[in-house]
Amino acid sequence: MSKEILSPLPGTFYRKPAPDKPNFKSEGDTIAVGDVIGIIEVMKSFNEVKADKAGKIEKFVADNEEPVMAGQPLLELS
Amino acid sequence: MPIRKLLIANRGEIAVRIIRAAKELGIKTVQVHSMADQESLAVKLADEAVNIGPPHAAKSYLNIEAILNSAKATGADAIHPGYGFLAENAKFADAVVAAGLIFVGPNGHAIRTMGDKVAARVAAEKAGVPVVQGSGGRIDDQAEARKIAERIGFPVMIKAAAGGGGRGIRIAASMEEFERLVPQASAEAQAAFGDGGLYIERVINNARHIEVQVLGDGKRAVHCFERECSLQRRRQKVWEEAPSPVLPEDIRAKLCASAVELTEAVKYSGAGTIEYLYDDASKEFYFIEMNTRIQVEHPVTEMITSIDLVREMIRIAGGESLRFKQSDIKKSGHAIEVRINAEDPTKDFMPGPGTISNLRIPGGVGTRFDTMLYDGYQVPPFYDSLLGKLIVWDETREQAINRLQRALSELNVGGLKTTKTLHQVLATDPDVRKANFHTRWLEGWLEANAKKLKEADAP
Repeated sequence: MSKEILSPLPGTFYRKPAPDKPNFKSEGDTIAVGDVIGIIEVMKSFNEVKADKAGKIEKFVADNEEPVMAGQPLLELS
Repeated sequence: MPIRKLLIANRGEIAVRIIRAAKELGIKTVQVHSMADQESLAVKLADEAVNIGPPHAAKSYLNIEAILNSAKATGADAIHPGYGFLAENAKFADAVVAAGLIFVGPNGHAIRTMGDKVAARVAAEKAGVPVVQGSGGRIDDQAEARKIAERIGFPVMIKAAAGGGGRGIRIAASMEEFERLVPQASAEAQAAFGDGGLYIERVINNARHIEVQVLGDGKRAVHCFERECSLQRRRQKVWEEAPSPVLPEDIRAKLCASAVELTEAVKYSGAGTIEYLYDDASKEFYFIEMNTRIQVEHPVTEMITSIDLVREMIRIAGGESLRFKQSDIKKSGHAIEVRINAEDPTKDFMPGPGTISNLRIPGGVGTRFDTMLYDGYQVPPFYDSLLGKLIVWDETREQAINRLQRALSELNVGGLKTTKTLHQVLATDPDVRKANFHTRWLEGWLEANAKKLKEADAP
């Protein structure tokens, strides 16, 4: 069964630090616990999302600039 | 041409505020909203509502095409931009007019002139309004910049010409630091605003933030006295009052007259605010910038002048001339507004959404609460944290603070953390009671009073 990284907060999910910057992580990347995988904007405050599991990113379930709920999967790991 | 149907291109408490003003004028209202605001109070109160896109503001409240299409589809003949979002976007103002609609605000040219910090400064100087001693325009040449910094004297402030909202500002204490910071600041401004232009200004220590409310009809302008908003955290206002508690009467007259001159000089139409720094020690004031929109803190002016500013801006946009001579506008008493935000004052003001419960709104004489909250409302996480503004009026400032304390004790917002306790503690502070503060005062106070805030916040 695949592992998931869940959104810790409700808000808007960003996959990159700024609109003109590359994504933090891409599908196929191997990530470690503590790696920044995205940002959640909650009421104009920006919070880094750090991986709480290690593994290889199979796919991002949430898109860049997508609204997310707390507990919603952001990406799947294998 | 009087407005018959007004589209509100905003959300939250200001959308509710605009709908109320429109209804009282007999104008139909159209509320555009994102998918996250389907259940908002503004949508419930408006005559019609149009969904314009996903929660992310760039895809809804900032989507010019979707907003113009909604106006066309509903037969709206005017658009009110509120504050934030597209309110100071000259391209939007132009597009509204190009679509044959009325923009409730100044024209694109006025927004452009006053939106560029250097152009605004030049316009102010031309109108005889004092500006902070500085470069007078953009600095293009390093050698020239050094000469100007030398003349002004250190510390100097380096600002991005295209910056705003407190962004892109640096302070250099010495020539050495100045030479290091100028290229850095220019590169940063280029990246952030697409314009590396800089200008420099003298630093004024312990200044107050005082701003003048103006109304213009393109030919003539009047002022509605000043507000003082010195209590700020990270350059965001948290407590605003009218009139300023410290301004001597002769300085007030000069300050307000200078705001009228500048407003008339740029042929301004609508409601606007001219912001100044005020130096207690020298009793001098300096122009900072003009905001070409209605401001969050406009109600304190309404309370002391009995003028409905949102109504007036709609009437002016509909083609009416200013209804007031300057001598018609009188101030009376003292008003204070505090911002109730969905933030936790005991956790570095961390914002957090939630579902509103046990809502109790303060009432009584001289008490007003502008809000979009209702019991069961889910505050979405996608927009700013302002939940409401508690405004009180009384005959004197001291009585107004007492009334504020009474009103805050009535206010209850369940379901999330708010800044209510911050204001309760501030209202007891001897320096606040004496209006002994400046724009950097609150940040130091917050550090010194963290424990007090925690105790006040404990249930």
